[in-house]
Amino acid sequence: MNSTASETWIILGATSSMARAFARIVAEEGAHVILAGRDLDDMKRTAADCRARGAAGAEAVKFDARRPESFKAPLARTKEGPGSINAAVFIGSMPDQAAIDADPALIRGVVADNFTGPAEFLHRLAPLLEERGAGTIIGVGSVAGDRGRIGNYVYGAAKAGFATYLSGLRNRLARSGAHVMTVKPGFVDTAMTWGIEGMFLVASPEKIAAHILKAARRKRNILYTPFFWRYIMAIIRAIPEPIFKKLSV
Amino acid sequence: MQWKDEINTGWGRVLKAREKVARPERAPALAKLLESTPAPAAGMRRSYGDAPLNDGGHVIDMTRLDRILGFDGETGVIEVEGGVRIGELARLYAPQGWLPAVLPGTGFATVAGCIANDVHGKNHHHMGSFGQHVKSLTLLGPDGKARVIGPKRGAGLFRATVGGLGQTGVILSAKLQMIPCKGDVMMVTERRAENFEQFLELLDHSSATYTVGWIDATARGEALGRGILEEGETGSGLMPKPKKARSVPMNAPHFALSKPVVKLFNRAYFSRVPAHGRTSVKRIGEFFFPLDKIHDWNRLYGKRGFHQFQCVVPIEAAGRLREMLETIASSGLASPLAVLKRMGPGRAGMMSFPMEGYTLAVDFPNRPQARLLIARLGEMTEAAGGRIYLAKDSLASGARVKAMYEEHPMWAGEVAEADPDGRFVTDLVRRLDLRSPA
Ligand SMILES: Cc1cc2nc3c(=O)[nH]c(=O)nc-3n(C[C@H](O)[C@H](O)[C@H](O)COP(=O)(O)OP(=O)(O)OC[C@H]3O[C@@H](n4cnc5c(N)ncnc54)[C@H](O)[C@@H]3O)c2cc1C
Ligand SMILES: NC(=O)c1ccc[n+]([C@@H]2O[C@H](COP(=O)([O-])OP(=O)(O)OC[C@H]3O[C@@H](n4cnc5c(N)ncnc54)[C@H](OP(=O)(O)O)[C@@H]3O)[C@@H](O)[C@H]2O)c1
Repeated sequence: MNSTASETWIILGATSSMARAFARIVAEEGAHVILAGRDLDDMKRTAADCRARGAAGAEAVKFDARRPESFKAPLARTKEGPGSINAAVFIGSMPDQAAIDADPALIRGVVADNFTGPAEFLHRLAPLLEERGAGTIIGVGSVAGDRGRIGNYVYGAAKAGFATYLSGLRNRLARSGAHVMTVKPGFVDTAMTWGIEGMFLVASPEKIAAHILKAARRKRNILYTPFFWRYIMAIIRAIPEPIFKKLSV
Repeated sequence: MQWKDEINTGWGRVLKAREKVARPERAPALAKLLESTPAPAAGMRRSYGDAPLNDGGHVIDMTRLDRILGFDGETGVIEVEGGVRIGELARLYAPQGWLPAVLPGTGFATVAGCIANDVHGKNHHHMGSFGQHVKSLTLLGPDGKARVIGPKRGAGLFRATVGGLGQTGVILSAKLQMIPCKGDVMMVTERRAENFEQFLELLDHSSATYTVGWIDATARGEALGRGILEEGETGSGLMPKPKKARSVPMNAPHFALSKPVVKLFNRAYFSRVPAHGRTSVKRIGEFFFPLDKIHDWNRLYGKRGFHQFQCVVPIEAAGRLREMLETIASSGLASPLAVLKRMGPGRAGMMSFPMEGYTLAVDFPNRPQARLLIARLGEMTEAAGGRIYLAKDSLASGARVKAMYEEHPMWAGEVAEADPDGRFVTDLVRRLDLRSPA
């Protein structure tokens, strides 16, 4: 097992199975891993798993996207991490559109989880990457952010906001040698999609996580994963609005 | 927790089940599930028959509870969640000099699945069964409450859980004693056995750490029981990265495993090894899990699926085993996948399969004649004082199985106490009526 790491990764939303798979890969490469999220007990188990797989170090820290006061501790821990600073955001929530229709106040939470919470955290983290002139930020959005549709447009809108934020952050950090990658997964076999009808071409979280890391190393800007979602979304975006508004895709 | 409608099968794809499946990703979610809807657990469904199935009922898929919770590099004791795959532990720890003490023929099996079938490996004659290396396990009962049990603490429940087919509860995590190894490559020696008698000779006198025999279950007459004995020792060294696994994209047409094709294949496979034998170096996974290289290879048997018959008979019943082999060879129904191994006495549970003797495993495409043949082989096994392996079975009768497993009544008693309302009953247990003592 490595005792010195050349990379620190803070992984937000570390209880997601996509995040777990990602944490495992960087752990096996010997990174120092900081797992951030709401379920401390579960993240401690993942931290043990990361250590057992060769992480230089692994720790769990509380983080709630809806409570900015909880950002301090993970920021401080990240600052102390060895080597280059890297962050991957897997946070997201997607309540039923019907539940939102019944209680529009839910929109606040969706926007905080998928957009403003992670954005505020990354905004506080960014100077650190600029200072060190290195590092990668990965933000997981969704293909749902590419076009608003009847089934999940609040979630989609929040993801679109996050994607726009990431694009601006990329523009900013590119000047200092740090990199930002936006990820737009299609359907992934996680707790979020388990048992939902109408899923197709569902990819495993392991496959998505490996694809994300590989693309980040190649400094890709926007990653559709699996790759074919780029084409599916190109078609969906190309449908003229007068027609699209009548569809229920 | 969400329940998903799935149609599942065992590895042999003959028996199917319509199930509502939950897949918890965290320990508290599992406990909550059991509080509201206690249901049997499934791992990677690498059992061939209906052991992990519950037609018309609920099932808890444990494959996402797959983390390593702790490892002690001094003692080789590892604590894992039940859904971790055994091959993953071999991949991670062999380079550091540790291996799970027992490895079944597929690395995809989960640790909890290995416990629930008390699996054996190519070193059974030395190291015994999987359960003998379980130091403790955390078992959740039908009320969602956790109990830590082991060979000393809660020994009765432990012996009913190891090899207990999931009937005492859901295994959340386990502590395993691993064994030292020299590294992550294998030195493998292959030798030909020209017939059954010579094969047993070679098996009896092998001093290798790991041994397994491939047997040509189509050869008859003089060549009856011919095959290749593989012996392996761990070693260290550098090997090229493993090739990506391939997969079988769809069901094969049924002539793929027809009699002439199999005969030809087997002849070629046998002759591949020169008469004086040969030695080679393999990656550890290639030796232990040769079939894992091809994902979904079970589709080669087509839509109708296949059966594996596996029995063990006592040493002194070797003659009976020869008769069984004759019956198989003259039927012309066997596929190329057939294995002969020597077993030691090691077993850790009341319903554990192993006994000192020889174990034979043969795959058959699912056809009416094959089903008749397997019934006949079951009868012969019973007469020989042996057992058939429930991890592979989809055809046996309850009476026969109960006659083979002498500790069954004791097991049924423990299970009745652990799960009085039968919430963990699976299709296999229903089919064989294993919950009732007689
Ligand atoms: C190619 C191949 C080679 C094999 N070689 C061998 C071999 O050499 N030796 C050998 O002994 N076996 C062998 N097997 C059989 C295999 O090792 C066993 O069937 C093993 O139990 C499969 O593990 P699984 O995770 O797929 O369990 P499943 O098949 O999903 O389940 C098996 C049983 O375990 C129970 N179970 C699963 N998870 C839990 C849990 N968390 N808590 C409680 N109960 C649980 C299920 O209810 C079921 O009764 C082989 C199988 C294949 C496909
Ligand atoms: N699955 C798909 O098909 C799919 C497709 C496209 C995009 N995505 C995106 O991929 C990411 C991972 O999702 P997943 O599929 O793995 O689903 P998931 O298991 O539901 O993961 C969501 C993660 O977000 C965390 N989270 C939610 N609200 C939070 C908050 N307020 N503060 C901190 N953490 C919070 C959750 O933590 P808790 O454990 O505390 O709830 C969980 O770790 C999400 O951004 C999702 O939108 C998924």
